[in-house]
Parts: sequence; structure tokens; C-alpha cells
Amino acid sequence: MKQTVGSIEAILARLIGVFVVVFSLYFVITEWDGLMTLVGWLWGNLLQTPQAVQALIDYYAVLPAGQLLPSLLIGAVVGAVSSGVVLRSARAVLIGTGLGAISSQILARILQHCTYAAEIAPAEFVLGLIITSVSSLILLLPYWTFTKRGQRRIEPDGAGVFKAPLLPFLFLAPMILSLILFLYVPSLQTLTLSLNSRRFPLPQERFVCLGNYVSLATDPTYANSLGVSLLITALIVLLSLSISLGIAVLASQKLYGANLYRTLLIWPFALSPVVTGAIFLAIFREGGAGLINGVISALTGGTTLNWLRTPELAQMAVIAASVWNILGFNILFYIAGLQNVPKDLLEAAQIDGANRAIRFARITFPLLAPYTFFLLVTNITYAFYGIYGVVDTLTQGGPPLGAAGQNGGATDVLIFKLYEDAFNPGSPAGLAAAQAVILFLMLVGITMIQFRTLEKRITYAE
Amino acid sequence: MTENAMRRTGRVRWELHLALIVICFVMSIPALYALQVATLTAGEAAFAPVRLFPPGADLLPNMGDLFGRLNFGGLIMNTTIVSLVIVIGKTMLAMLAGLTFVYFRFPGRNLLFFFILLTLLMPTEIILLPLFRMMSDLGWGETHPRLALTIPFLATATGTFLFRQHFRNIPRELAEAAQIDGAAPVQFMFTVLIPMSWNVIAAHALIQFISSWNQYLWPILIVREPADQVIQVGVRSAVNFGLQADYGVMMAAGVIASIPPLLLFIFMQKQFMNGFAVTRDK
Repeated sequence: MKQTVGSIEAILARLIGVFVVVFSLYFVITEWDGLMTLVGWLWGNLLQTPQAVQALIDYYAVLPAGQLLPSLLIGAVVGAVSSGVVLRSARAVLIGTGLGAISSQILARILQHCTYAAEIAPAEFVLGLIITSVSSLILLLPYWTFTKRGQRRIEPDGAGVFKAPLLPFLFLAPMILSLILFLYVPSLQTLTLSLNSRRFPLPQERFVCLGNYVSLATDPTYANSLGVSLLITALIVLLSLSISLGIAVLASQKLYGANLYRTLLIWPFALSPVVTGAIFLAIFREGGAGLINGVISALTGGTTLNWLRTPELAQMAVIAASVWNILGFNILFYIAGLQNVPKDLLEAAQIDGANRAIRFARITFPLLAPYTFFLLVTNITYAFYGIYGVVDTLTQGGPPLGAAGQNGGATDVLIFKLYEDAFNPGSPAGLAAAQAVILFLMLVGITMIQFRTLEKRITYAE
Repeated sequence: MTENAMRRTGRVRWELHLALIVICFVMSIPALYALQVATLTAGEAAFAPVRLFPPGADLLPNMGDLFGRLNFGGLIMNTTIVSLVIVIGKTMLAMLAGLTFVYFRFPGRNLLFFFILLTLLMPTEIILLPLFRMMSDLGWGETHPRLALTIPFLATATGTFLFRQHFRNIPRELAEAAQIDGAAPVQFMFTVLIPMSWNVIAAHALIQFISSWNQYLWPILIVREPADQVIQVGVRSAVNFGLQADYGVMMAAGVIASIPPLLLFIFMQKQFMNGFAVTRDK
């Protein structure tokens, strides 16, 4: 750090650097034996590799052809047809056939080819076909992406590139290894768990094929959670996006004290869902001392509502808390977006006689589309996952529906039900894992959208 | 309409100020209410009429409950350590990865980037069941709660993407000059890249700090010993504090738990906004 020696920034940077080094050392030293446990555990698992390979060979050796061949065939067909359509070459069809067939075995092996057994129910068989097709895409997607990229892009090389053959792999190793260990492997394990019947915390497991998914499909409490989640998510997203856009339009104007207003509008996003839930628990509580009931009672002369014990009102409380929690985040990004709308474009439209509403609808809003997209994804993610803390503090999934709660709870959203099912003693862990897989799939579609916008930005930058 | 007319004439735009002040006030009502309730005794909080002002006299006894019986001091310490480890770890790994993708050419570069980016599809909430089993195998929940709360979450696709985008916008001539001087990649990172990246580092660190500070689900699942818990779980236990709900203690807990992220947000706001402006629109 040779630039401006002695400046406050340089001193601050030094201090941060020293702190990071000292703190990291302290942490590693105090937790050293725990880290060694992890290393030992990894090493132990690595030593198991020959046995794992042997188990895989044994598995395929005794697998009936009637179960193996259909899965290979579907993988090959999916690979051939889709690669042909996407890449339009005979070579792609050939490679696609092979990759599809191999890739189909990833999920088929986890399912132990059970959906191709003779005695399987038709619904599970069809589901199995879909799973096998999806499985074959696992290797096909990267194949397509890179073949296409290779066709249209020439690497700008040479300038400012370090020459070292091994260093890049060394630098990436921590990232890649922890992604494999803590994301890829657990994701596949969730799938394995979802095929077993097991009651937490008992160790006995029984392979039940897609049985957990079938029982979810016929479970009224799960249907309730699905409906509740979709309703709450839709309302949260709609309200938070529209309100934040309206506020951002006001707050993005050039104004004396604009920065202060922005700070005052944005800060609630730094609060946690748990704290938000606690605050709204005080606001919506029963009796006249709660904020909402206090106001209502003052206006009506003594009437109060049982917010958290009435299904629709409890849903409204959860939605209000969540919207309040994420509004600041949305405002932040919408202000950034609004400031990037070119002023001359708006002025030209104004000269052409477009009024304020038309200018907003035809110019500002379309130009905000990337921001709206990004916020849509983050808000849906919040409403699906982040909401756990709000629900856990505010309503605990209640109030119960049906005479004895046999129809679930009015705010029993999917993520809350999942972890109730997963960790309450005597609860079905396999069923919870199946819920996790479904929740994951529901969000894959949404995240794919984010992925595509990311990708667009990547190509844009190049 | 009026706002536009105002802008053209250059007068002070009272309507806009008024609207924004009202909006800021309305958005702050839940927090103001929480602040006021935090100063009340359990009895006052349960029966006194609603007001946002003036504060009561019971703030210190409520704090006493939090830091005494609910061990908030210890919880804040735990959460600070855990959040710092996550922020430092994520920033280091993401910077290294960004550096590698921008300043190296190696076989499998695109494939590895794709491999990292693909994990955006796998939210933590989905993998907690198998992760819980893995941690049980290691025994970390009982013996090393700090490791259980940090080590699984150090890799970051968002961070990698953020730093990669940022490094790309730094002129390549700087890297060439560093190579002519014979600087090693790590040296280049510390002398050139980091000094040019403080905005992005701050924005990334702030986002990661807030999200680790607000962690709730994973700690409540994995940490066995109450003394090892994090602050959000403490807030949750303040909700169930006592036989009757004590809203005074509950709100005080919410206020205390929110001070560190709010302070950071206010002090780092400028870097935060700039950091995102840099990475989003080039």
C-alpha cells in the first residue's frame, strides 16, 4: 500500500488488515481440534472410496435389466433429441446420447431404479420418468452452455494474465471443496433422505421409493401449507414491490436532505425476521395495549380484534410484518434503478407532450425491468424461506384450521411445516426431506430466471 | 405534476418534503412503538394505553433482565465472533476466486465458474437436514458450535460473481505493470486490487454481516448449549420470557439485537451504495 502513505484510508486499511490476521489466527487456534476432526472425518470418508466403488459395481451387477435399460434409454433419447434441437449438429446428437444416458444414472441410482420395478404404481412410474429426464439434463446443460459459448466467443487473452499452471487451482480449491462438501453433497443427500421412512430421532430407516411424495400429495395439511404459502407469497411480493416503487419514485428526486430520507426509509431491512416478528407480535397482540388494537379501540370506542387467533387476520399480520421487513431493501434498489433512467429521454418525451403518467408507464417502468426482476426473485425467496423467523415468533403457524387443527394452520407456510416435521420428536424426517426437495424444485424455476438475468449481465460485460 | 413544476421553478418542494416526512414517520412507527414499549414494566406494557412518547422508566431493569437472566452479553459475543468469521472467510474466498477467474487462464475455467454459479440454485434452507446429520457425525453441535455455525457457509457464489465483475472493470494495464515489476498474484492482490476495491469489499461485508447476524434457523437446530447460542435465538427466548408475556423485555431484546447491524448500515451506507453502483451497472 504505497499510495498516499499516512492518509486516514491507508491507516484504516492497515488496521483492518492487522485485525483480520490476528482474529483469524485466534479463531483457528482456539478451534484447532474441531477443524482436525473435520479433516479426520474427510480422510476417513476418502478411505472408503474403494468400498463405495465396489458397492456401485455390485449394485449394477445385480440390477435387473428390466430396471436398468429403461432408465438408460430415456436418458439417451432425451440427450439425443434435446442436444439435436439445441446445438443442431450430428456430433451433438451423438455426444448428447452418451451424456444423457450416463447422466440419467445420477438420480436413477439414488432412487435405486425403484420406479422401474414391475409392481410400481402408475403415478410413481410416471414421476420416475420425469425424474430420469431431469437427471439426464444435469450433464447436458453444462455441455450445451460451453459448446454454445465456444462458438460465439473468442477469449481476449494475453494482456494482464498471470502465467502459473497450478496456482489457479490452488486458489479455487477452498471455494470448490466447500461447495462440494456443504452444498452439492447435502443436496443429493436430501434426495436420498426423502426416499426413506424414518422417524426423528430414531435411526431405523426403510427405503420407501417415492412413497413420501405420494403421501404428501394426499396430505390435507400439506395442501393447506402449499395454498397458504402461495397466497402469502403473492401478497407480500405484490405489496412490497408496488409500495416500494411508489416510495422510491418520491425519494429518488433531487432534494435537499435526500440522503437522510433514504437512510430513514431503508434501515428496516437490517432487522432480522425474528425481531420483526417480535415487534409485530407486540403490535398485533390481544387487548387494548397492542398498537393496532389500541388504535381500533380508540376509533370504535372499545372494540378490539383477535388478530393472531383469527385465520385471515393472522395471515394479514404475517404479511404486514414481512412487507415492513423487506420494503427498505426494495426501495434501495428501486432508487438505484430510477437514478439510472436517462434524464434526456424523459425530457424528450415531455417535449413530445407525454404527461407524467405516460412517461412513467412507457419509459421509466420498462427501464426498471431488470431491477423489478431481481427484486421479484429476492422477495419470493424471502417469502418462501426468510419468513421462517417471522412465523415462528408471531403465529407459530397458527391459528389451527378445522375443529382440532387437522387441516393445518392458517400461517403454516411450507418452510415452517418442513422444520416442524423434521425436528419434532416422533415426526417423519423422510417426509420433511421430501418437502425440502419439492420446495427446492419450486424455487429452481424462480432462481433460473435470476440465473438468466445474471448471464445476460455477464455477456453484457464482455 | 406539482413536483415537476417545482423542480423547474427551483423552489423548495414542500409537498415532496411533507410526503417523504409522513412516509418516513409511518415506516418508523413499528420501531418507535417497540422503543417505547422497551421502557415499560411488564404491567405497564400489558395494560397501559398505547403511545409512542414519552418513554417509561423501566428500560434499565429490562436491560438487566436481558444481560442477566437471558445472558445477552454472551450471546452478542458469540454472534459477533461467528459473523466476523463468516464475513472474513467469505470475503477472502470470494476475492481469491474473483482474482483467479479474471487474471488466470486455465483449462476448465468456464466449467468451474459455472459450477460455482450453479450453487445459487441451492439455498441453505434446503440442505439443513443432511447438514445436521453431518454435524452430528462430527459432534460440532456440542463441542465446536462456532465451527458448526461458520465453516459450512464460507463459500459464496454471489461474492465470487461480485468480485469477478468488479475486477473486470479494473484496467488490465495495472496487472501488466505488476507483472513487469515481477509481482506475484498474491502481492498484486494486496497492493493493487484490495486498495481499489474497498467499496465492493464494504458492500459485500455489510450484506454478509447482516445476514449472519440475523441467522436463526440453523443455530436453533444445531447449537445444544444455551451459553453457545446466538442473539436471534436470545430474542426468541425473550418472547417466551416469564409466565406472562413481558413485552417490555421482549421489545428491549429486539432493540438490543438490532443495534449492531443498524450502526454498521448507517456508517457504511455510502460505501454500500457505491459498491452496488459499481458492480451492477457496468
